[in-house]
Amino acid sequence: MQEFLQYFFSGITNGAIYAVIAVGFSMLYNSTELINFAHGEFVMLGALGLVTFWSGFKLPLPIAFILTVICVSGAGLLFERLAIRTVSKPQPIVLVIITVGASIFLRGIAMSVWGKDAKGLPPFSDHSPLEIAKATLLPQSLWILGISFLAVLGLYLFYQKTLTGKAMQACAINRRAAWLTGIPYQKMISLAFLMSTGMGAVAGIIIAPITLCSYDMGTMLGLKGFCAAMLGGLGSLWGALLGGFLLGILEAMGTGFFYSGLKDAIAFILLLLILYIRPGGILGAKDAKRF
Amino acid sequence: MSARKSNMVLGLAALMMISGLLFSSTGHAAETYKIGGIFSVTGASSFLGDPEKKSLEMAIEEINAKGGIDGRKLEAVIYDTEDDPTKSVMHVSKLISKDQVVAIIGPSTTPTTLAIIPSVEKEKVPLISCAAGNAITKPIKPYVFKTAQSDILAAACVYGFMKKQNIQKVGILTVANAFGESGKEQLLKQAEKFGIQVVQSESFGDKDTDMTAQLTKLRKAEPQAIICWGTNPGPAVIAKNVKQLNLNIPLYQSHGVASPKFIELAGDAAEGIYLPTGKPLVAKLLPDSDPQKKVLMDYIKSYDAKYKSPVSGFGGYAYDAMQILAKALVGTNGDKQKIRDNLEKVTGHVGVSGTFNFSKDDHEGLSPDAFVMVQIKNKTWELAK
Repeated sequence: MQEFLQYFFSGITNGAIYAVIAVGFSMLYNSTELINFAHGEFVMLGALGLVTFWSGFKLPLPIAFILTVICVSGAGLLFERLAIRTVSKPQPIVLVIITVGASIFLRGIAMSVWGKDAKGLPPFSDHSPLEIAKATLLPQSLWILGISFLAVLGLYLFYQKTLTGKAMQACAINRRAAWLTGIPYQKMISLAFLMSTGMGAVAGIIIAPITLCSYDMGTMLGLKGFCAAMLGGLGSLWGALLGGFLLGILEAMGTGFFYSGLKDAIAFILLLLILYIRPGGILGAKDAKRF
Repeated sequence: MSARKSNMVLGLAALMMISGLLFSSTGHAAETYKIGGIFSVTGASSFLGDPEKKSLEMAIEEINAKGGIDGRKLEAVIYDTEDDPTKSVMHVSKLISKDQVVAIIGPSTTPTTLAIIPSVEKEKVPLISCAAGNAITKPIKPYVFKTAQSDILAAACVYGFMKKQNIQKVGILTVANAFGESGKEQLLKQAEKFGIQVVQSESFGDKDTDMTAQLTKLRKAEPQAIICWGTNPGPAVIAKNVKQLNLNIPLYQSHGVASPKFIELAGDAAEGIYLPTGKPLVAKLLPDSDPQKKVLMDYIKSYDAKYKSPVSGFGGYAYDAMQILAKALVGTNGDKQKIRDNLEKVTGHVGVSGTFNFSKDDHEGLSPDAFVMVQIKNKTWELAK
């Protein structure tokens, strides 16, 4: 029981991070039908941004948090303006290759700015770990769960309650019809990039204290997040959440009850299975209501 | 147009200078011994190659200052492998056919060394590698030697220390790459010899963010100590996780994290961790009775004075290689076969990385005492007792 609970805690911690990354993938796909393979690099930028603002400039944590998100989503906006919008024939394959190129570019930039060495950060709060039925839960895990929950809740409310959110949804459902009703489609795409990379930054920020931040940390996280998004159903907010937690928990259980060498394989075997059995994901983006 | 012209003039001038250098060096060829050096001076392993190149140049200067070998001076021809096996092979063939070196020192990494072994074996040129991989000297290849401590010795050092601490059951946690796999193989192979049982073996990815699941599984097997074998940053995350889970099991790390960077990354979680390290890192702490102490202090002093940069644990591989080669060169008149034979006869050579005893069956020459166990206390190293 003690082990099971420990694996579960480890699983939901990683799962929450995968979920936030998956949400970023999903919402961008929704608005643009584009898979941004540079998304993992924005997670990395979020983590390294916090290193600079929090431990480098010694700003208070909330300010460092907000500044990092602003800077990273600014970078996401620039990426859309300079690399995506300027493509003369925006076919999906061209755009996907551009995002792959952007991911290499961002990694290179990060390596020259922050160097090759990994950097560590202290946890957000200095509490001692909690003991629940002899299993240990880290305070940072609670931070991760809490912030992920707030971010997703915020996103949900944005989609449901604001006009802009509804306009974005309209674009996602039918671009042309949305355009006919006077929704500025181009602006909505920019906004989607801004918010998606912002979510990436949040994932990077909350993960920074439990791991070590380096320029090449984003690729694997991005892939795991992508797996989670596919697993739950690309384009669905709840699907992304479900996929993220499912992946995190299965990984931890697999490590615990089978063999740790298979940890990364589990994510990709799941992805293959889903693509074979339910190409639309568990919450099948096709039939399930988007958001 | 004029810019291009001046470039051509410059190029021509450079060409003339180079050929001038070449002529002058061939003129001296009868008097000097040419030593080839190939290191990863740039590229991902420059932290190895750069101090190695500097140490080789320093060793040659020292030998020349003492009058050279049999009255003949040494001359280094050094190329940069850029950490690329293909480039290493090209440079080796240049060293052998064009520069006509008597022996080669380097390369810095195991993949580059393995790539050039066929060439040096075919051309029968003695090679002293500065890389640590076991495959370099096992099985024995007639012309290939090495000076870096291998993980065979590191594992033996850790187990030897554990035996003294009366630890019989260990759990191991290794990184899923070549370094970790090789360490795991050695840990599993040597355990029995020291009366130690590996109760659980787990692995982690070098980009993993959280290892609490693996550690929980290890805890269930109730080991008396956990050995983690990896290079930064994974082991630092593990050190943090061990503290967070409140495991209360001593943590051992490998020589892969024996640098101040690890203490910086792991922070408070580094306190109390044991690890094996080469002696340069702890030269000042060694007792005066240690035969290596004097060699180490001299090496560190001259390196500091010459390059004005703190000494790393790696340059010593090339320094040792050159000093050993110098011993083997005596009386050979540059005959490569004789140099090779002499290398096998070098015994009791006290170097920076350890005491070398080469033989027909041992082209590595070091024993587990090339490593010392240290413990991290108050953010610095202390010799473990």
